[in-house]
Amino acid sequence: MISKEEIKHIAKLARLGLSKKEIETYQQELSKILEYIEKLKEIDISEVEPTFHPLKIKNVKREDLDSKKDLYLVKKLLESMPETKNGYLKVKKVL
Amino acid sequence: MNLENFTIEKIKESLIKREFSASELVRAYLEKIEKEDKKIKSFLRVCPELAMEKAKEIDEMIFTQREMPPLAGVPCVIKDNILVEGVECTAGSKILENYVAPYDATVVKKLKEAGAIILGKTNLDEFAMGSSTENSAFFPTKNPLDLTRVPGGSSGGSAAAVAANFCVFALGSDTGGSIRQPASFCGIVGLKPTYGSVSRYGLIAFASSLEQIGPMTKNVKDCKIVFDVIKGKDDKDSTSIEFPCSRYPSEPLKEMKIGVPKEYLTQGIDEEVKNKIKETLRRYEEMGAKILEISLPHTEYALPCYYIIAPSEASANLARYDGIKYGFSKSTKNQMLNVYLESRGKGFGKEVRRRIMLGTFSLSVGYFDAYYLRAAKVRTLVIKDFEEAFEKVDLIFTPTTPTLPFKLGEKIQDPLQMYLSDVFTVPVNLAGLPAISIPVGKVKNLPVGLQIIGKHFEEEKIFKAALMYELSAKNK
Repeated sequence: MISKEEIKHIAKLARLGLSKKEIETYQQELSKILEYIEKLKEIDISEVEPTFHPLKIKNVKREDLDSKKDLYLVKKLLESMPETKNGYLKVKKVL
Repeated sequence: MNLENFTIEKIKESLIKREFSASELVRAYLEKIEKEDKKIKSFLRVCPELAMEKAKEIDEMIFTQREMPPLAGVPCVIKDNILVEGVECTAGSKILENYVAPYDATVVKKLKEAGAIILGKTNLDEFAMGSSTENSAFFPTKNPLDLTRVPGGSSGGSAAAVAANFCVFALGSDTGGSIRQPASFCGIVGLKPTYGSVSRYGLIAFASSLEQIGPMTKNVKDCKIVFDVIKGKDDKDSTSIEFPCSRYPSEPLKEMKIGVPKEYLTQGIDEEVKNKIKETLRRYEEMGAKILEISLPHTEYALPCYYIIAPSEASANLARYDGIKYGFSKSTKNQMLNVYLESRGKGFGKEVRRRIMLGTFSLSVGYFDAYYLRAAKVRTLVIKDFEEAFEKVDLIFTPTTPTLPFKLGEKIQDPLQMYLSDVFTVPVNLAGLPAISIPVGKVKNLPVGLQIIGKHFEEEKIFKAALMYELSAKNK
């Protein structure tokens, strides 16, 4: 069973603000799911290479060219921001 | 107008013959949606202005052009995790409740160029995480064939809209079965294309190495037409590749060998679903196909493997929803960290947070080797199973789902039970293979789906086999 401290630590890494009750619920639920996933330990994988991607493609590149400035798109992106100032994104205090 | 009988071909024919105009057609669909979607709830947003504007354009085209594009005047709907410029796109989440898409997804651009008319955006499990559409942050969608049951998920709104004749076709996305399982539950056709054959640019990312956009339609022919429109390499998606046309199978299906994995007909499957699939296999045999029992020995490990890989990729992909750049933003203190914690804590629903936690855990220091890396290795074994099987057979047939459509509320409290409804579809995503679900009849008035899996880029062969069943069913 995964501990409450571990749940708190993972929530912190994931930047999720969880209530006390939620921490308890996730402790129960994640433990149950991890128990099911334990099944994977039955297989011998010592000689197996991992697959991270289903296609054998690698290092797909495009030409490194200066892209045209799309002012219309910039305007729309700015409009979707929660807070702006003088055409910049405004954020809260970092420190 | 009898919307039940409309297919892509039928609409094209009627528009050219001037039996009705595209505007009249769209109005008929909008009226039907207005009247009947109250009880099904397949739409998150209907877009009448956008649809009527496009319809007018098509009506003018009919007067001026000789050649009509392949989807001219065909009404469709789009799953709400695919961007349509100027229209809200929520991914079924509160965190994107008021987000307006600033551009078109490549698939949407292609549909528009082909003349399709977008009627609206359909409901889904939040961020496509779920198998019943009950995880939508807004409301659940109901199965048009039985309103007490789920339409499947996560593309449940799209499947329900097609089954209820609110459109001719829909786009869905499939990460672990999210096109095929709802297609099966709603008695329609749904294709998960080969990984890389359809651009994912403009699809809200959930698990990038697994998901594909695909068509959901009323029949196999329409499925092929839509697939041909949306496929192809896109410079904006580095994982998309040009679809090789040389793989068109010339041999008749009569000589095709069909593999049936024994693992799929033994564990956790309803007797009635199993019998229906066996009956379907006999039908194929009568048509001359050769049925062979095969083995995919790592089948039972595919689901736990998926439930490490998909949440891991999700936890990385969903890091972008931080309450800073766009979407839901909340903070009770004037501190940056609080914006993250509160926006993500309150903006994401239960299942999404559960998967972010699971993914973050699997990728974290001390657990990476034992969970994520191990799953990536098991993924290799699942792929090998398929490779070996395809040395012996042309196509693999399985049930799409282990059960009939379940009741609303039946599995929502137990995440593991819900995950199990993807047990037959998930291995296909791990291997990046193409697979279709087609309806093969009903049990207790509820539809059963057959899943046909092919080799990479052999969609044509899948269509051919699927079409054969459809024709034989029609002639019966």
